[in-house]
Amino acid sequence: MTVMTGDIATYNFAYLDEQTKRMIRRAILKAIAIPGYQVPFASREMPMPYGWGTGGVQVTASIIGPDDTLKVIDQGADDTTNAVSIRAFFQKVANVAVTTHTRDATIIQTRHRIPEEPLTEGQVLVYQVPIPEPLRFLEPRETETRKMHALEEYGLMHVKLYEDIARHGHIATTYAYPVLVADRYVMDPSPTPKFDNPKMDMSPALQLFGAGREKRIYAIPPYTRVVSLDFEDHPFEIQSFEEPCALCAAEGVYLDEVILDDHGGRMFVCSDTDHCEERLAQGHKGRLAAEDAYAAKEPAQ
Amino acid sequence: MQTLQFDAGQFTAKAVDGGFADPVYDAQAVFHALMQANARPGVRETLADRLEPPAPLEAGLAAVALTLCDPDTPVWLSPALRTDAVRAWLAFHAGCPLTDDAGAAAFVLCAQDDTPPAQDTLHAGTQEYPDRAATLVLALPALDGGAALTLTGPGIEQSAAISPVGLPDGFVAARADNRALFPRGVDVVLVSGRDLVALPRTTVVATADGSSSNAEAN
Amino acid sequence: MYVAVKGGEAAIANAHKMLADRRRGDRSVPAITVEQLVEQLALGVDRVMAEASLYAPELAALAVKQARGDMIEAIFLLRAYRTTLPRFGASRPVETGEMIAERRISATYKDLPGGQVLGPTFDYTHRLLDPELAGDGEVPPAPARESEGEPLTRVADILAHEDLIERSAAGPQDEPFPEEPSGDLTREPLEFPMARDLRLQALARGDEGFLLALGYSTQRGYGRTHPFAGEIRMGEVEVEMDVPELGFSVALGAVKVTECQMVNQFAGSAKVPPQFTRGYGLVFGQSERKAMSMALVDRSLRAGELGEDRVAPAQDEEFVISHSDNVQATGFVEHLKLPHYVDFQAELDLVRRMRGEFEEKAKGSDTAKQEAAE
Repeated sequence: MTVMTGDIATYNFAYLDEQTKRMIRRAILKAIAIPGYQVPFASREMPMPYGWGTGGVQVTASIIGPDDTLKVIDQGADDTTNAVSIRAFFQKVANVAVTTHTRDATIIQTRHRIPEEPLTEGQVLVYQVPIPEPLRFLEPRETETRKMHALEEYGLMHVKLYEDIARHGHIATTYAYPVLVADRYVMDPSPTPKFDNPKMDMSPALQLFGAGREKRIYAIPPYTRVVSLDFEDHPFEIQSFEEPCALCAAEGVYLDEVILDDHGGRMFVCSDTDHCEERLAQGHKGRLAAEDAYAAKEPAQ
Repeated sequence: MQTLQFDAGQFTAKAVDGGFADPVYDAQAVFHALMQANARPGVRETLADRLEPPAPLEAGLAAVALTLCDPDTPVWLSPALRTDAVRAWLAFHAGCPLTDDAGAAAFVLCAQDDTPPAQDTLHAGTQEYPDRAATLVLALPALDGGAALTLTGPGIEQSAAISPVGLPDGFVAARADNRALFPRGVDVVLVSGRDLVALPRTTVVATADGSSSNAEAN
Repeated sequence: MYVAVKGGEAAIANAHKMLADRRRGDRSVPAITVEQLVEQLALGVDRVMAEASLYAPELAALAVKQARGDMIEAIFLLRAYRTTLPRFGASRPVETGEMIAERRISATYKDLPGGQVLGPTFDYTHRLLDPELAGDGEVPPAPARESEGEPLTRVADILAHEDLIERSAAGPQDEPFPEEPSGDLTREPLEFPMARDLRLQALARGDEGFLLALGYSTQRGYGRTHPFAGEIRMGEVEVEMDVPELGFSVALGAVKVTECQMVNQFAGSAKVPPQFTRGYGLVFGQSERKAMSMALVDRSLRAGELGEDRVAPAQDEEFVISHSDNVQATGFVEHLKLPHYVDFQAELDLVRRMRGEFEEKAKGSDTAKQEAAE
């Protein structure tokens, strides 16, 4: 059924045809019922390249409705080119409201970050996932990794992490840090920094993961235990930054390093642009914030 | 497995009428309710009044069928639902094949007055592919007013309570046996009128007297 | 003072305008038409249709034009369109034995019923650039063939008469087609090990260059299969669809395909007598290189089924099928140009920390050495 008119009259609401949405919706429900398990689905060719968020886009397209408000971030920012492109895609094919404010969004599609502001009940966080299999770099064969998940045989992962400790003195995984979901499946949280891992645990929001090229969907229901793998003598720890955000003075947030000149001058600013802008609007000021920094910024859309 | 055929006798206005007024938006709305219900076991979702399926197919059962079933999903109907009108309506609106073998069905739809097949006879998926398990959709007289059940598990912060009326005998014990199969297992949706509550396989169901599906499972 | 970079949307819009401008090129040169592409760059159009799994010459030509001649981009455009099309059903298997072949050659028999038909081939052309083609000279029509219009017996069927080649459901002399419809990997999740129908589908839409290299590797000893080009034929075949409501099948039209049947040596096993085996290739349009490569790789991937050792890349189904799709491969290779600065920041932090620890340790051991020396 074609619901769009005008220049995109030949495409269905949210681009996908209804049968495809049904197939993806069934996969999403099974993913929710088996937290952390990767449900195979017949990923469709999307009008953007594989590896650029086609899994997340298919998940979002299958759940989004006219009452939703969508936020899209890449690297924590609403204004990175791929986030802009995906947001524009949904504005065009689903005509939905969009926002940059984490708290106003009903669906947040993300690549590589979880927003700093705690998510709330009813919100859905959709992750774009490049390689959904946490064991893939230890065992390239799907036939083998599937068996390992079936048998709950995760020794290989612990060996890998322990080898890190033996060689480097600590676990050398800084992003896509593996987690154990609801005490059963080891899961790849997508390439978010491990800084964001604790936000996944007992989150009030529903977390959905879409890997288009690898044809997998997985989920973490709200209020579900998500534990980062570690060892008693080497407990999991997140990154910390020595200085606060140079713009909004936030501490305890994830920062991007920005190179300022050719002589090694640099600053650290919030990776989550919405969070930073909100703090600036509230009057927080970091060491490099301009008097009119907030006013000088165009809204991301 | 039989495939629904359109024969002239069935191809009546009745079969055509009463589906989603707007298949795209209505299916999205029902799916949204199902997704939230599965994400928050025990939390009741209420569907909009958008369907007029032929009796005895209830609106809740019909909404699930039209939202999730299609030619890729074999559906088992409980005896009361096996009327020409229901078959023709499902054939027209969902196009799903019907099966007499509940163990081969992806969706098992059970009317209020029928006894559902035992949960351990339904497809629970495999250890490698636990997602291939069946979904059992049970129509009940009411979701309130029955014996209190306590729910715990993923999706539930502390615990949740439901008190559906008319659950089949041995339901709590069957959920315990099902929970013990995890990650395999059958997922359940309870519907009454336009209300629905989901009990995915992860949910531990306990009666008020304390016998829990988890205790029985272990 | 620092203000973060903004304006991604404007930058994207400008990039799209620039792309459109460069695509058109010098405005004093006439714009190329879709008809010209269909007629004069037909093999490029064929490749796009084959790897997009959609037989639609005009749309494929439009995709080539839109992609500025970038074949994988054109394949991607056509696939993204294909995915939105409603499905009406599945056609009957095409009967290549009834093809009115424009070309049919066999490397296994000197002569055979219907003869060797060279057709429009680059074979035996001397690869000398033709200055005449730089202009728009008159091209005389091709001579008409005498026996045109007669279906030609397939070579594999000739061998099948003698029972010297394995039976196959694809031959008219063999059992009827199974009732079970073929799978469709664009509609069902991929699962290993694959059934041969799905594997052939994956190969048919796989990247020509990748399959060419793999096929070549088997010839050089990485999983040798001793192939003979039993037959290559190219021409139009009818596409028919069964309509259960009508009780008969309806002709939908004709598509041009290239089919290759490789005949491969097989020593036999305890159960199976010595006989030839088959490798099969079938692609939309005229593409012998692709059909032959596909047939070589199909045969290699049957190693397990035929009890051969699996030692070479071309015999490894999961490896071959997981990496044969050029739209997937392009997307993932090129996604590296998307921002990764959050992950990079995490790695920077780790490298700095480990570097600090390393230097600390080095200093420590220097001090220790010094102390020992003193």
